[in-house]
Amino acid sequence: MKSTARRRSYGVKGAPYAFLLPAGILFALFFALPIGYAVWLSLRKVKVSGLGLGSGARKEVWAGLENYTDALTDSELVSGTLRVLGYGCIVVPVMLGLALLFALMLDSEKVRLAPFTRLAIFLPYAIPGVVAALLWGFLYLPDVSPFYFVLDKLGLPQPDLLDGGPLYLALSNIAVWGGTGFNMIVIYTSLQAIPAEVYEAAKLDGATPLQIALRIKIPMVAPSLVLTFFFSIIATIQVFNEPTTLKPLTNSVSTTWSPLMKVYRDAFGEGDIHGAAAQAVIIAFATLLLSFGFLRAANRRQKQEAAR
Amino acid sequence: MSSLAVPQAEPVAGSTPGTAQDRPPLRRRISLIPTVTLLLGAAYCLLPVAWVVIAATKSGSELFSTFTFLPGTGFVDNVQDLSAYRDGVYWEWMANSALYAGLGALLSTCVSAISGYALATYRFRGRETIFNVLLAGVLMPPVILAIPQYLLLAKADLTDSYLSVLLPQILFPYGVYLARIYAAAAVPADVIEAGRMDGANEWRIFTRIALPMMIPGLVTVFLFQFVAIWNNFLLPYIMLSDDEKFPITLGLFTLLEQGANTPALYTLVITGAFLAVFPLIALFLVIQRFWSLDLLSGAVKS
Repeated sequence: MKSTARRRSYGVKGAPYAFLLPAGILFALFFALPIGYAVWLSLRKVKVSGLGLGSGARKEVWAGLENYTDALTDSELVSGTLRVLGYGCIVVPVMLGLALLFALMLDSEKVRLAPFTRLAIFLPYAIPGVVAALLWGFLYLPDVSPFYFVLDKLGLPQPDLLDGGPLYLALSNIAVWGGTGFNMIVIYTSLQAIPAEVYEAAKLDGATPLQIALRIKIPMVAPSLVLTFFFSIIATIQVFNEPTTLKPLTNSVSTTWSPLMKVYRDAFGEGDIHGAAAQAVIIAFATLLLSFGFLRAANRRQKQEAAR
Repeated sequence: MSSLAVPQAEPVAGSTPGTAQDRPPLRRRISLIPTVTLLLGAAYCLLPVAWVVIAATKSGSELFSTFTFLPGTGFVDNVQDLSAYRDGVYWEWMANSALYAGLGALLSTCVSAISGYALATYRFRGRETIFNVLLAGVLMPPVILAIPQYLLLAKADLTDSYLSVLLPQILFPYGVYLARIYAAAAVPADVIEAGRMDGANEWRIFTRIALPMMIPGLVTVFLFQFVAIWNNFLLPYIMLSDDEKFPITLGLFTLLEQGANTPALYTLVITGAFLAVFPLIALFLVIQRFWSLDLLSGAVKS
């Protein structure tokens, strides 16, 4: 028989751990274990002896860093990375630029129809990336697209949007369309958190709305711009759904267009689980490195600004 | 900066006549800029949705022959064709998506609530470490997780099952993060202390006192995770091979893959896309008033 006082203090001490148990178990099973398993696989390879027939012919052996050197010298992976880099250089500035522009416009005093436009711009967030790519994919097809209809009637040249350079724009457009609204809301929310008094002084000085936007609002929402930039970069590195969905519509999107598509192809198309695991670990590592480097740089800048 | 006070007398083409001092019309013009910009943005965002609404009404021949934004006459036929496709597998995909997203988001919200509450209200050893490790999960590219998850679930003979799509999506690091912020802001420490004074145990305090206070934040977590699971493509793409277990994203993708070479299937894909977008947009319109988006940037009004 425990006294109630003892039981209570025991309960308080153990409670947080008990409460975190479900999350801990799920984390161990579906995050930690798979990551550990991927690292393990990446350090091994299949050795085929003889003709590769029979039960003992295929053996898993230790490979050391062999898979990693293979991955880093793989020209397909390198060119996939370059493609995604080019794609990201279009998506991130355009998407965040538009998001900031729309957020500032929503926050301005004279705006009308703000609830409607805010909702309309945020709407693509609710549409799955696969469906978004599918819708735009059809809009890019000359047979059914209104753009080509208009170009045709005007007698203008009709570029092939699903090939070469325009393909980057076509893919970027899908990401911009899907992501602008979400980022706009993040920036708009932090704009609304700025107290009105901050503007009063500037207004008394006769500052125009444009000057208030550039000199007061944008610096004050810098932290949320940093946050949206960060999430956009991560999403860009991981692009997979949109190019995969456009693939049936054009021959220009290869099965290794983005690094993640190559990982998928190697693992399931080629059955090279070990090579795919090494590439996956490299991409994860690059993402983490980029994230932490970026967060540190952002923190340092914030500290510097606070010190000034 | 007194020079800022001088209005910029930019010449405006075709300015309204009859005003000697051109300040009022200029002001009005400037005040139109935000509205016009936003309307252009809204038009851009609504364009593909408007297109699919119209295109879904066209019959196969109308799709290629009539002007894009001219409604057609084939909507009912299209829906019937789609429903007849492989004995109505399309509606199974919809039901599967509703199951994955509904049940998954519910379980996910429970785990987020209890974890976020524990992280926000208790001081214990390893609290920040646990939190940071959970958050690092956000940074893991899904493919990196999904491939070993597939291989591990294959060993447990669980791939190509409902569980293989449901289980990996229950822990939602971003949801834990949101729940922690919300619990810290919405559940005052003295209320918890008062509960302890009354002799309630920790579980009771959580379920009876804290949970009701956290409901608005948890609705947001639920909706985020619902949208995330509904929109997920990669995980089911890797896990499932039996198309009767597909969610709608994967189903539409396979339909498109087959239809790409046979334009006759285009109308099915388009109608399918329209019907898939529709419930989510409807849900979105209904819930957006309950959706406290403030949480997104971590700004909680206390």
